[in-house]
Amino acid sequence: MRIGEHPVLDFDRGKKVRIYYNGQAVEAYENETIAAALHAAGIRRLGESGELHRPRGIYCAIGNCASCLMTVDEQPNTRICIVKCRDGMRVDEQRGRGVLKV
Amino acid sequence: MRETEILVIGGGPAGIRAAITAAELGAEVLLCERDGWLGGQLIKQTGKFFGREYAGQRGFEICADLLAKLHNTAKIDIWLDCPVLGIYEDGVVSCQKKDRLEKIKPQRMIIATGAAENFLAFAGNDLPGVISAGAAETLMHMSGVVPAQRALMVGAGNIGLTVSYQMIQSGVEVAAVIEAAPQIGGYLVHASKLARTGVPIKTGYTIQEAYGEGKVEGARIMRLDETWRPIPGSEEDIACDAICLAVGLNPLAELCWQAGCQMELIRELSGHVPLTDENLQTTIEGIYVAGDICGPEEATTAMAEGKLAGANAAASLGYDTEQAQAARLAALAELGELRAGPMSARIKTGLDKLREKGAAKHA
Repeated sequence: MRIGEHPVLDFDRGKKVRIYYNGQAVEAYENETIAAALHAAGIRRLGESGELHRPRGIYCAIGNCASCLMTVDEQPNTRICIVKCRDGMRVDEQRGRGVLKV
Repeated sequence: MRETEILVIGGGPAGIRAAITAAELGAEVLLCERDGWLGGQLIKQTGKFFGREYAGQRGFEICADLLAKLHNTAKIDIWLDCPVLGIYEDGVVSCQKKDRLEKIKPQRMIIATGAAENFLAFAGNDLPGVISAGAAETLMHMSGVVPAQRALMVGAGNIGLTVSYQMIQSGVEVAAVIEAAPQIGGYLVHASKLARTGVPIKTGYTIQEAYGEGKVEGARIMRLDETWRPIPGSEEDIACDAICLAVGLNPLAELCWQAGCQMELIRELSGHVPLTDENLQTTIEGIYVAGDICGPEEATTAMAEGKLAGANAAASLGYDTEQAQAARLAALAELGELRAGPMSARIKTGLDKLREKGAAKHA
């Protein structure tokens, strides 16, 4: 859910775009991070832990921790809390450590 | 390899203030920021500040003024999306700029990388929905996204209290604020503002467990006795879809460790901090620090430290003018004033301990 009226802030969200979470279309804005767009769409699960396969969600949201790593446009281990949305972006849950695309 | 007189690492309030001060004194400055934007955490703060200089201004307004000043100052080059990766023995700094590894050879460095929020050990703390208080603030104020329907805040320091209030402003129901200590840690003005909205602030409580299927559906809290042990039978369940942790910060000092700066563990400064002299120079000549890396405080003290480090770094390069002396003295006076209140007692104790370590080293 997004904030409608805020007593202090006006939000400049920018252009509406569409990103894809595991293939599912999600409405997003170009001035928000992938993490924010997924959160607004009610998506909490971003991945899973390596050993016990426990679900992972955001924690710090500013690029300090490694809780939100996902595969973005085939690039694994992307910190989605600091990457802004772009139209057509594919954001996929990552299994394992991922292979760097060069 | 890019050469510069002063490299500032980190584009939050401390780094920006350091860059402006040094450049105004005539030094050539390169500012590296890991994110694609400047302003650190100040850019998302909606609360009004105290203190003489910024009284009544909101954090993001102070930030906007600072950024305008930065962009109007000549001799500052800014590299965004540019995390600094390493500091080598020969003084070369490596960073990632776009997809390339770049090298920088600065004559002086000011490390202003800030702090990270602490985590807390309890069962289920890895469930999606357990987030830092700062994450809630980031979602709300940077993106205009509602972080939760119903949240539990853990920690009644200033961050816990103010972010709880700000969540209410964003349409979140705050179930409660719990605090392990027997008293509220933050300013009473923040606590009473929150209490007036009807949110219970429960001191002497801890979180025992986060539960839910795949995501947070609730929290089990417990009362603590006077020795901070959970009281059996005092368990209480709070339904919520987010548990926000506001349990302190720790300095982001990896680059100082890497550079070989002498580090000291000072509890009152929230962790390992670089040993500094009165100029905010570390034990490595030419490397200065400013802001939360010296012990997490407020944006106001971070800016004053930035000014101090910026003036000293520039002066050491020969820009040692009357203007540099004036900036230095103004920064010291500002810090003294900002730390005069009773809430700064802990930081002052920590700084005294740090100075003692420094004196011991030189003895």
